[in-house]
Amino acid sequence: MKPAAIVLALVAICVGLFGLSLLVGGAGFGVPAALILWQIRLPRTGLALLIGAGLGLSGAVLQGSLRNPLADPGLLGVSGCAALGAVLAFYWGISESFAPVLPLAGLLGAALGCAMLLGFAGRAPSGPSLILAGVALSALAGALLTLALSLAPNPFALAEITVWLMGGLEDRSLLHLALAGPPIVLGCLLLLRLGPGLDALSLGETAAASLGVPVGRTLRRAAAGTALAVGPGAAVAGAIGFVGLVVPHLLRPLLGERPGGLLAASIPAGGALLLAADLLARTAPLVLPLNQEPRLGVLTALLGAPFLTAIARRVAP
Amino acid sequence: MKDLVLRGLSVTLGGRTVLHDVDLAVHAGEMLALCGPNGAGKSTLLRALAGLTPNSPQADPRRAAYLEQGARCSWGLTVGEVAALGRIPHRDTARQPVDRALDLCGIAGLRDRRVDRISGGQARRAMLARIYATEPDMLLLDEPTADLDPAASHEIMALLRDTARQGRAVVIVLHALDLALRYADRVAVLREGRLVGATAAADALPMAAAALGLPYGIDPTPRLLPP
Repeated sequence: MKPAAIVLALVAICVGLFGLSLLVGGAGFGVPAALILWQIRLPRTGLALLIGAGLGLSGAVLQGSLRNPLADPGLLGVSGCAALGAVLAFYWGISESFAPVLPLAGLLGAALGCAMLLGFAGRAPSGPSLILAGVALSALAGALLTLALSLAPNPFALAEITVWLMGGLEDRSLLHLALAGPPIVLGCLLLLRLGPGLDALSLGETAAASLGVPVGRTLRRAAAGTALAVGPGAAVAGAIGFVGLVVPHLLRPLLGERPGGLLAASIPAGGALLLAADLLARTAPLVLPLNQEPRLGVLTALLGAPFLTAIARRVAP
Repeated sequence: MKDLVLRGLSVTLGGRTVLHDVDLAVHAGEMLALCGPNGAGKSTLLRALAGLTPNSPQADPRRAAYLEQGARCSWGLTVGEVAALGRIPHRDTARQPVDRALDLCGIAGLRDRRVDRISGGQARRAMLARIYATEPDMLLLDEPTADLDPAASHEIMALLRDTARQGRAVVIVLHALDLALRYADRVAVLREGRLVGATAAADALPMAAAALGLPYGIDPTPRLLPP
């Protein structure tokens, strides 16, 4: 199949899942009341699509720019900083007095994380320096997050924070969509332009430079674009793992391994994957004896892990 | 193309001066081999010609194509995709230069094969096709025949010599002195970061032998000859 046909097929799957997601809910299958459609189903569906798209594309860009099939947007620590921001809002109880504080604090955390990442990595980063900066930032965010948890004012706050951290899209409003949407779209647009640079980088950083590709600038854009594309998602929906890691691996058998050739398709693929996972989370209580939805972040990891092992067996030595 | 002239080039990497005050001219239509012992600064000089070292003159990636030592691809791109990377400096996806490059390097039949699933010699040709696809005026190659079998080495050297005959400049870093003396027009000898000299290949053996610290003479052992 031609690459364009594959992208088109993925977009079609995405549209189908989007429609299905609007029609399925706690009450079963059917066209819901307008209020439910606009205030509950649409924000949830829209967020799943956007967050999944951002995760898929950043995964493809990071694996390409770092020349590492294990790279994942979570590696750069920006998601961790977003979670830290949101957790601090929980911690001081501001989120109860004013609802938009939670996503705003998450966004602030993501922005600060992005600035620190680019600062750590320096003016002309190389792949390894970017990875090290990301690992350092993840460790810092993780340590501060654990500190906040261990100092939690009461067990209820602790439970609330822990559940939020597992990632989920229930009870999100149009406000969440409006806050997270624009930066994710902007980040995706920034990342989509990196195709030729990523192709050149598959020969290594020296060869890419000899082809006239500004290596440092490409890596900085990959990091900044990833922060924009995944930070807001982590700010409004908590930690959702595995999508960014799995999407490029899913696409390579279909589209070949040229990094730039995966970018366009990784958007609908990521969107479709998270829409499907969210649909599954929502319908699980209808089928299984569960008293509430399984957390989305738990579900993506549960589905992603065996999937990835299956792919890993096929990867050539 | 105009001749490329380096004057008084010094390169310092990580606080160590790797090249001292090198004067070198590269002429269109010639194949220039850079020879000398390990650590003499050959690869650094080649990178300087490609504009890839600090304070080297800026090079136009459409005019000077550089193939690094042991070049490999991180992903399983196809041979055709690797060759097409050579068009990145031109920002186009023209097919003809890529087709010509694949033909020239004798791998047109491998176009859709993955570079990580073919032999080392074939993968080397794919990398070579990448710099031919750029259609540059100057080809800069670091050890393109390392770990190739003798026949393949001769084929690639002959291809590069023909490229120079067509008016392009070819600069090649070589440890295999016999290949350098046989195929290059001129040999530049480096030692400890300094250019010892550059002369016609026919006269270069004494200088190269001195830089390598080896005696030279006539060895009557039977040996392989080029095809």
